[in-house]
Amino acid sequence: MHSAEGEPDILYVDLHLIHEVTTPQAFDGLRANGRTVRRPDLTLATMDHNVPTIGLDRPIADPVSARQVEALRRNCEQYGIRLYPMGHGRQGIVHIIGPELGLTLPGMTIVCGDSHTSTHGAFGALAFGIGTSEVEHVLATQSVPQRRPGTMAVTVEGDLPPGVTAKDVALGIIERIGTSGGAGHLVEYRGSTIRALSMEGRMTVGNMSTEGGARAGMVAPDDTTFAYLEGRPYAPAGRQWEAALDDWRTLATDDGAVFDKEVHVDAAALRPYVTWGTNPAQVVPIDGSVPPPESDGARRALAYMGLRAGTPMREIPVDTVFIGSCTNSRLEDLRAAAAVLAGRRVKAGVRALVVPGSMQVRTAAEAEGLDGVFTAAGFEWRAAGCSMCLGMNPDLLSPGERCASTSNRNFEGRQGDGGRTHLVSPAVAAATAVAGRFATPEELP
Amino acid sequence: MEPLHTVTGTAAPLDRADVDTDQIIPSEWLKRVERAGFGEGLFSGWRAEADFVLNQPQYAGASVLIAGANFGCGSSREHAVWALMDYGFKAVVSPRFADIFLTNCTKAGLLPVQVDGEVVERLLRAVEADPRLTLTVDVAARTIAAPALGLQSPFPLDGHTQWRFLEGLDDIDLTLRHEGAIRAYEAGRAAWLPITAGPE
Repeated sequence: MHSAEGEPDILYVDLHLIHEVTTPQAFDGLRANGRTVRRPDLTLATMDHNVPTIGLDRPIADPVSARQVEALRRNCEQYGIRLYPMGHGRQGIVHIIGPELGLTLPGMTIVCGDSHTSTHGAFGALAFGIGTSEVEHVLATQSVPQRRPGTMAVTVEGDLPPGVTAKDVALGIIERIGTSGGAGHLVEYRGSTIRALSMEGRMTVGNMSTEGGARAGMVAPDDTTFAYLEGRPYAPAGRQWEAALDDWRTLATDDGAVFDKEVHVDAAALRPYVTWGTNPAQVVPIDGSVPPPESDGARRALAYMGLRAGTPMREIPVDTVFIGSCTNSRLEDLRAAAAVLAGRRVKAGVRALVVPGSMQVRTAAEAEGLDGVFTAAGFEWRAAGCSMCLGMNPDLLSPGERCASTSNRNFEGRQGDGGRTHLVSPAVAAATAVAGRFATPEELP
Repeated sequence: MEPLHTVTGTAAPLDRADVDTDQIIPSEWLKRVERAGFGEGLFSGWRAEADFVLNQPQYAGASVLIAGANFGCGSSREHAVWALMDYGFKAVVSPRFADIFLTNCTKAGLLPVQVDGEVVERLLRAVEADPRLTLTVDVAARTIAAPALGLQSPFPLDGHTQWRFLEGLDDIDLTLRHEGAIRAYEAGRAAWLPITAGPE
């Protein structure tokens, strides 16, 4: 939108997604400076991080959470911003509802005060997380100053081996590039493996761009993208749909484009993964063992995780299984988990919960009877929210509790003080719930 | 933000890589709607360990934090920057900062000092050996110096961000100088782009 020598470029923001956690101070800043929201009609709010996933008919018990959720409601009311609040049929994790409502479209710039905004890059949108000062800036100006990042191609070629999912593609990439391999870069995911992924799978890969250090990760839009979007509530229709398609078909990277950095991944080499440590790059195939620590950080991670080098991953018992988060809580994820759980039972003593990413996902899953499969297996069937991914609501791990989680971060204390998180795919999470230790669906009786 | 020209003071050594923002300020603290008061929550998980660097009296009053690579990775929470500043840090030194954290620093006014791993290593060892070692970070010169070590090292800070630090400039005011460009751009946006107002 504006570019000048010696200054950062200023990008116009086509969609600003907001939630209760990273916005109250931004709205206060607007008021303190006598400013207003420039484009409430390009802003959408939902409540996701704090909201309970059971007992929605009761007030939020935690007064601090309740105050924050109430602040969002008041701010949206004051500035005329559409809000899908707790209990609304379109409420859900901000990165789940943008795409499912057809608000996330190719070629748009999308920002949100949340690092997993990279999810929306799956549609060929430039989408990245921002801090609260930038949220205030976007509210006031509908734009964001940005320096042009480097370009990085992550090319994944070939058929995925049986049992290997989009989550494993994401973890496999991070295994190779590390937690800062994408730092300072905008990633484009390319190659036949990425092309063959559903939109849900591409969102899972885009989602975890930030775990590899990249602020954004994109996939060129194609017929898979267009088929997903057509007919969604906010997506263009009729002649506008045709006009949009004409635009979107021009977005793909030119043949022969040169990237600042390139990574190639052979899909055949990917496996179902499990993290063993306290960052997402501390990961091994489920067939592997806890590796010998090679740094102080790894030693510290092993101590925190209560693990010994050499222990086969399959011999590690879990206390809890969490299926949910903006990484893996879409209908396809729930179907994958339910397919494993049908006719099986969660191992006695294992706590298992499934938290759909949005109320629409929940409703769609119920229409297919997935809720019945989960509850018959011994899973708790919850309402939508971020839930145990980051433990801002009452869904928490206790100190020392070990969890197989379909979320994106295994940081210390992420799911509750002293909690031990292992990142896995929905299929592995479901199989692990049944076995009571890390397992793949194939090995279940 | 407030103008910042130099930071002179002692430093605390945090010899860990991949320090994520969940450690810097745990999510429990993110429920607050205020902007102040996060210092108490800074590294609250790690501060439960008696020997954690911020529990060591010799590092009380430090204004510079020296840390390993990929500092501030993970969540976009600007609360991490607010917590560091509220605790009393004015600059953080690391071989590499995570992208969003780096931006948050330059918006809120915490000085990110990115120097080579060897320089960080040397500073860590020096500060561990002598907690009273004085460092000076000079925004105008874009250098960090430890005179007692005979060390002076440049760090990257683009001219625009440097100017904003020196003048304490508000980004929003700067962008609003281009309001005409914003309006012109808005007039030409594609008709298929969605809006969140009107009938559902």
